[in-house]
Amino acid sequence: MVRFENVGLRYGMGPEVLKDVSFDIKPNSFQFLTGPSGAGKTSLLRLLFLSLRPTRGLVNLFGYDVSGLRSDEVAVLRRRIGLVFQDFRLLDHLTTYENVSLPLRVQGRPEPTYRSHVIELLHWVGLGDRIHVLPPVLSGGEKQRTAIARALIARPELLLADEPTGNVDPPLARRLLRLFVELHKSGTSVVLATHDAGLMDQYDGRRLILADGRLHEQRPGGPKRN
Amino acid sequence: MARNKNKPELAVVRPAAPIVPRDTVTSRALLTVIAIMTFVAALIVGAVSLVRDNVISWRNDMARELTIQVRPIDGRDLAGEIGKAIDVARRTVGVIDARAMTRDETGQLLEPWLGAGLDFSVLPLPRLIAVRLSATAEPDLTALRQALSEQVAGASLDDHRTWSARLAAVSDVIVFAGFALLGLVITATVLSVSFATRGAVSANRSIVEVLHLVGARDDLIASTFQRHFFAVGVQGGLVGGAAAALLFVLGALLPSLLAGIPGGGQAALLTGQFALDREGYVGIAGIVALVALVTAVASRLTVRRTLREID
Repeated sequence: MVRFENVGLRYGMGPEVLKDVSFDIKPNSFQFLTGPSGAGKTSLLRLLFLSLRPTRGLVNLFGYDVSGLRSDEVAVLRRRIGLVFQDFRLLDHLTTYENVSLPLRVQGRPEPTYRSHVIELLHWVGLGDRIHVLPPVLSGGEKQRTAIARALIARPELLLADEPTGNVDPPLARRLLRLFVELHKSGTSVVLATHDAGLMDQYDGRRLILADGRLHEQRPGGPKRN
Repeated sequence: MARNKNKPELAVVRPAAPIVPRDTVTSRALLTVIAIMTFVAALIVGAVSLVRDNVISWRNDMARELTIQVRPIDGRDLAGEIGKAIDVARRTVGVIDARAMTRDETGQLLEPWLGAGLDFSVLPLPRLIAVRLSATAEPDLTALRQALSEQVAGASLDDHRTWSARLAAVSDVIVFAGFALLGLVITATVLSVSFATRGAVSANRSIVEVLHLVGARDDLIASTFQRHFFAVGVQGGLVGGAAAALLFVLGALLPSLLAGIPGGGQAALLTGQFALDREGYVGIAGIVALVALVTAVASRLTVRRTLREID
């Protein structure tokens, strides 16, 4: 599904923030992406989401070499990826329902064709009674679940989550992790970026560890790192 | 997925809200800027149109009038000479009418220089004949001048050529200055509307980012913003343009409104000049269209630049 080979990334003339990064993400897999702050987790996620192009190396996404893609091809490819942010990125003037249905709306799909699907998903993430509510009224956990539902609504093959539990309390973080694990079990590949070791200890998933711009890997069942 | 187990009942949802919110502080501020700038630009368009129309009208009036002067000559009957001059003029092709000004009218012309209350009958004043020319047929002034010199004693023809040439030069300068001013105002309008639009789009940067992240094509994002800001441009432009047009309509109606008021006739002479013709109103509509177009294009370009910055 995703293959990185000797990928390097630098911003402008600055130092390389990612160095010789090589890994792959298989269909229906679950992995944590971890490392200290400033290690390059967000940069790696942006490469995965095609918001950045590598300075060197090969990035292959769903069988496409991303270096030769046009912007409209990138937009289409991006629809196969769901993205969840720590700061939610919800539109405050749209209701929970409208925020979640946004990816389908921008694909030009008529509203009646997805209404039941969106409402079903909102019930699944526990927001069935918050359908008509605007984001400023939602709690942090509700906002994050809305953002997750929005990332899932177009049935992405790959879900990227950048510190999705960073703004919620530990019980809610565990609940959100269960949501991601359930997603993985239903067939979606998940990359969950976090520096919360406690959270990672709750699920025996593959760990991609970034340090000083280099990536190390820890397979499930392997020795744990703190 | 587990979520298929208990299918919830369908909820009633409101019609989808616009992706770019309509009633925001930045939208209202932009609308106000557009309305004000359109109003100012439309006023200038109307004013330049009025000046140009009036200047053309003065020039045409001047070109369609001649004056025959008949000087009193001892031993000749002045009234008879005036009658002959009128006959000569009326026989000339292209002359609509020729009318001798009365002694009193001639006196009124001299009042600014000689003062009122003088008995002009004791002065050997030349008499004037006002000749009106057709707007279509070109009169043969050389032939008229020759006929007058041959048939009327003491007659001379003044075609106002010197005065007309000076007026033409002045009017050309006035019209040129008007169009230069119009160009400056339109440039200022385009720039201010363009920058205000960029500011308003920048205030919505988070929306551009979210749309980008949920997989919207760049063209769709740009078109969404362009439609929204075009509507704002049309709305603001119509408010400003309509206000300016209303002002000119009121200006055109003032003469009839002032007609029954003492002294209204004098004022009507001035206000009557504010009646805008069809071209003037078309010019105002053009400004509205230009402003809406600038708003739309500026928003599209700003969104495109924002998207480039995001990637």
